[in-house]
Amino acid sequence: MVYKQRLDGRKGDELRPMEAKTKVIPNAQGSASFKIGKTWAIAAVYGPREIYPKFLANPKRGILRCYYNMMPFSGSGERIRPGSNRRSQEIAMVMTKALEPVVDLSQYPNSVVDVFVELPQTDAGTRCAAISAAAMALADAGIPMKDLVSSVAVGMADDKIIADLTYKEEHIYEFNPESLNAVVSDIPLAMIHNTKELTLLQMDGEITKEDLLKALELGQKAIEKVYAVQVKALKENFIEESK
Amino acid sequence: MITNTKTVKELVLQNKRLDMRTFTEYRQPIEIETNISWTAEGSAKVTIGKTVVMAGVKLSLEKPYNDTPDEGGIMINAELLPLSSSEYEPGPPGIKAVELARVTDRGIREAKAIDLKALCIEPGEKAWFVTVDIISINDAGNLFDVANLATLAALKAAKFPVVNQETGSIDYKQKTGRSLPLTKEPISVTVYKIKGKLLLDPTMEEEKSAEARLTVSIDKKGTISALQKGGEGTLTIAEVGTIIDLTHEKAEELRVVLERVVVS
Repeated sequence: MVYKQRLDGRKGDELRPMEAKTKVIPNAQGSASFKIGKTWAIAAVYGPREIYPKFLANPKRGILRCYYNMMPFSGSGERIRPGSNRRSQEIAMVMTKALEPVVDLSQYPNSVVDVFVELPQTDAGTRCAAISAAAMALADAGIPMKDLVSSVAVGMADDKIIADLTYKEEHIYEFNPESLNAVVSDIPLAMIHNTKELTLLQMDGEITKEDLLKALELGQKAIEKVYAVQVKALKENFIEESK
Repeated sequence: MITNTKTVKELVLQNKRLDMRTFTEYRQPIEIETNISWTAEGSAKVTIGKTVVMAGVKLSLEKPYNDTPDEGGIMINAELLPLSSSEYEPGPPGIKAVELARVTDRGIREAKAIDLKALCIEPGEKAWFVTVDIISINDAGNLFDVANLATLAALKAAKFPVVNQETGSIDYKQKTGRSLPLTKEPISVTVYKIKGKLLLDPTMEEEKSAEARLTVSIDKKGTISALQKGGEGTLTIAEVGTIIDLTHEKAEELRVVLERVVVS
């Protein structure tokens, strides 16, 4: 029952290599690509624009609406049937809630800002990559925001608290010969950079309060690394524009 | 989207285009990148100008159809994502996506570009089925040609996954070195008619100004494997002749780019 060395050789608090870029979709108001390890999210923002169906319109402020979709060939097993399902609907909803606290749409009554996130390939942590990409795309679109939201998962694989779990670590009992009966917990987090407030918190698996709080501490540090990558990509774009 | 069709048409009458290209010139860059997705058996991203399309191949083992017990199968699907243009909405594929998928499918299927018999493992029992998903990333015009190139590049890059000999199930995490039985690469070129003039690789503004279009899938020898006329306007028989010559010539130019794709 010990997970000493991580399967891919990372340190406990080490994230997979990240790559971020904005303006990847010329048609969109704003867009971003965020890669972490073999998980890849592309986000596009359209709007503020007229909302359909009309009854969803809010005369006091604009609405943020997120969509999450895995491409049919992006799963590690069989082809995924295209179209929305319960999982993608729930993720879209928690994504929207994760981003809403920093987005100010009070100047755009009766309109909508649509955020579409697509994943061409995945290896766990997709909702976190989706949120990190979406936050960058919103910033790139010039939507009024108080801050960025950055997201990564932490968790426990066997007896070890780790950041940014891979698919194999989420299924450690299958892939680590010494962890056959191990318990795993996966905790996707999103945080507002300046206030350190959580905007996404989910968990599946089993964990004690003590370990959970330790994991959240680790999560806060891990999220800072995501934030740095996001900011760097957003700034790079400015330098290019001013040339 | 507001389209300046009036200007596009006026310019065409003067043999000009908004972006200064000649009528038969494709936008630049023309780029093909393969193996963009580790989860697909084969994948590609193709860029022509500002139009970007991804394609991914997934393989599965199924029972062959009753009327072709010694053959595998191929299915091509297209998703026009709302991420790729403000004109697309979430939901099941609309007629534009269905047409794109079917025209691409025909070009490859009818040319017998994939040897379906070579996909059969056990007649009447088990054969490989190939599914290609075409995904629009940025629709800035001429999806037909870009989608066809992406499909061919993804098929070229695809490798069979390992099959567990005991259980007969597929281990998608491991690939063999074996490629798909691709016998030829029929390339699609679409010619658009604006104010009676024929032009290639339209931008979105030009696409919206066109009266008619004809997509031609054509192989190296000039054998045509699919045709699709679109748009409200008409074509004369003489125009069809001209279009086929034009598409054959252009297909060979695109073939050079496709053949440069190194598949490891």
